[in-house]
Amino acid sequence: MRHILSVLLENEAGALSRVVGLFSARGYNIDSLSVATTEDITMSRMTIVTHGSDDVIEQITKQLNKLIEVVKVVDLTDGNHIERELMLVKVRAAGKDRDEMKRMADIFRGRILDVTDKSYTIELTGDSHKLDAFISAIEPGVILETVRTGASGIGRGERILKI
Amino acid sequence: MTKPTLTGAEIVVRCIAEENVDFVFGYPGGAVLNIYDEIFKQDKFKHVLVRHEQAAVHAADAYSRSSTKIGVALVTSGPGLTNAVTGIATAYMDSIPMVIISGQVPTHAIGQDAFQECDTVGITRPCVKHNFLVKDVKDLALTMKKAFYIATTGRPGPVLVDIPKDITQHSCAFEYPKEITMRSYNPVIKGHSGQIKKAVDLLLNAKRPMIYTGGGVVLNDAAAQLTKLVRMLGTPCTNTLMGLGGFPASDPQFVGMLGMHGTYEANMAMQECDVLFAVGARFDDRVIGNPGHFFREGRKIIHIDIDPSSISKRVKVDVPIVGYVRDVLDEMIAMLEQSDKRPDPVALKAWWTTVKEWQSKKCMVYKATVGDGKIKPQAVVQALWRATGGDAIITSDVGQHQMWAAQYYPFDKPRKWINSGGLGTMGVGIPYAMGAQLANPDATVACITGEGSVQMCIQELSTCKQYNIPMKIINLNNRSLGMVRQWQEFFYGNRYAESYMHSLPDFVKLAEAYGHVGMKIEKAGDVEGALREAVALKDRLVFMDFITDETENVFPMIPGGKGLSEMILAEEL
Repeated sequence: MRHILSVLLENEAGALSRVVGLFSARGYNIDSLSVATTEDITMSRMTIVTHGSDDVIEQITKQLNKLIEVVKVVDLTDGNHIERELMLVKVRAAGKDRDEMKRMADIFRGRILDVTDKSYTIELTGDSHKLDAFISAIEPGVILETVRTGASGIGRGERILKI
Repeated sequence: MTKPTLTGAEIVVRCIAEENVDFVFGYPGGAVLNIYDEIFKQDKFKHVLVRHEQAAVHAADAYSRSSTKIGVALVTSGPGLTNAVTGIATAYMDSIPMVIISGQVPTHAIGQDAFQECDTVGITRPCVKHNFLVKDVKDLALTMKKAFYIATTGRPGPVLVDIPKDITQHSCAFEYPKEITMRSYNPVIKGHSGQIKKAVDLLLNAKRPMIYTGGGVVLNDAAAQLTKLVRMLGTPCTNTLMGLGGFPASDPQFVGMLGMHGTYEANMAMQECDVLFAVGARFDDRVIGNPGHFFREGRKIIHIDIDPSSISKRVKVDVPIVGYVRDVLDEMIAMLEQSDKRPDPVALKAWWTTVKEWQSKKCMVYKATVGDGKIKPQAVVQALWRATGGDAIITSDVGQHQMWAAQYYPFDKPRKWINSGGLGTMGVGIPYAMGAQLANPDATVACITGEGSVQMCIQELSTCKQYNIPMKIINLNNRSLGMVRQWQEFFYGNRYAESYMHSLPDFVKLAEAYGHVGMKIEKAGDVEGALREAVALKDRLVFMDFITDETENVFPMIPGGKGLSEMILAEEL
């Protein structure tokens, strides 16, 4: 099953490689990973999307907690949560495709960030399914380039991950 | 009081002294020259110059294993560090507390492919509990404190501090922190009382209770508590390879080591018990074999471990308890002392009857030498036990001799049996005996090894001469890589690919060349006398080359991937 793990860790050189190294060394999957510092610059927050059986997810959580620089680990999928991912897509937008691409961007509430006479660069946010849906809704031939951030997640309501 | 201003090198040396370290095992080189210069000027601790960095780490590791002090190793950058990696990984697999200090090229040269540069933090990351690269001399003292603190608390393990050469030259005010807290590192050390109560209740109501203990009991100095609890409960008790000595082998409740080469009775009791109490052990593949086969409907498992990730990793556990083994056992003993309830004596008696039936199989047998026949390796180990009064510190290398040492030298006390259980590193025997002897100068230290393993760190005979380390080396020489040969005989149709060693050195001359005493023993009748003679040479290293029966195999044996009740016994072949 798919799980989203939120990890608070010390913002120190090498901390990220410990997390990534743990996943590769123990054969766990990383579907996506996003990380940046928090409002407290000594601390980073990481969102890891992974999948595995309950036993595997339990081990991943325990192994993450064992890393000396990890302060807290929460499985967001244990409760209500919000996840968002950002994608930038550069598409061919010439001739008959040009209006169609604008329409598709509007339907998916995307924003066009950059325009040339042959292309649009569209920004889309949403959960991963929405971004996948956009990709499958447009013709593969018009996609010039995509880049995705991987999911960031946060608990709903009173669920707070902080030290 | 004003804080003294010290150089980084002085700080390193002061920190080591502050931790009451007696010995640092190491090898100098360019990046650590400043640190060595400060070592030269001080007398708080001694430095032991090994002949290869791997041995420095093994010796420091054994120093930790055989005492309650912490081992420290010091190596230079690049090849110094890469040579040390095997030692670090060995200590990591067996959760041994130690601190490794490595030199690094100057900070401005890092990443420039400088002479003797390597990515030390990257290379060692997967085989240390934690590691640090010190980038500012002001962080050095705190980092050293953290290293010792992390290494010795929670689940112990090796911690590495990588120090660039320029940091050892820079100066700052020095103060060694007395206490330390880290917001990101707070291991759970106190067992949950509710869970402990559940565990006691389960054990009291068990019909076929079994206690299985591992290295955690030895590392946490919980042997006294374990022994008391096992005797209060009246249950059978088994130890893993790493846990030997955690419960006295001479106690009638001890059913021997379990696992791949464990006793029939220990393995059968593991399989057939109704409540299994695991103490500081981790159900690894060499211990329970196939987890699918190990599973039994209705059997309850209690597991104490300091590391939550060891619990329910390979085997589902009913009552997990995270905490220091010693404290949890103390709490269990206190609960039992306040209650009159004990396990049902009738059920326990019936259980022991079953266990005794298994014991009557007498699985630990070998054919004794007949007439002028070859020396049996098992007999050498038993003779060593007699010659040392069963009270020596025994180190071993890895292979058949390691298993025979574990099987035929019963340990009544912890920290007497020093071997590489997790990583299975050949070559540890001599450096382990060095570390153990320096930590226990009055003890008899014997290294049980084979002609394959011993050659992997044979250069340390020179270190032993320099520091007068009077270990006894028991070389069970069967002219082949015995455990490999055994697997080839059982599972590879007797095709002995590269397991026969041709052109072995004359070990007697080799020992003499290094300034030690060498003995070659070829007759079974000479074993006992030679061992007594060697043990009596208290101040000399004696290298004893026993020419043993090369056809001997280690029994019982559970083939890889099989279950605990699928042992091959000697009599069955």
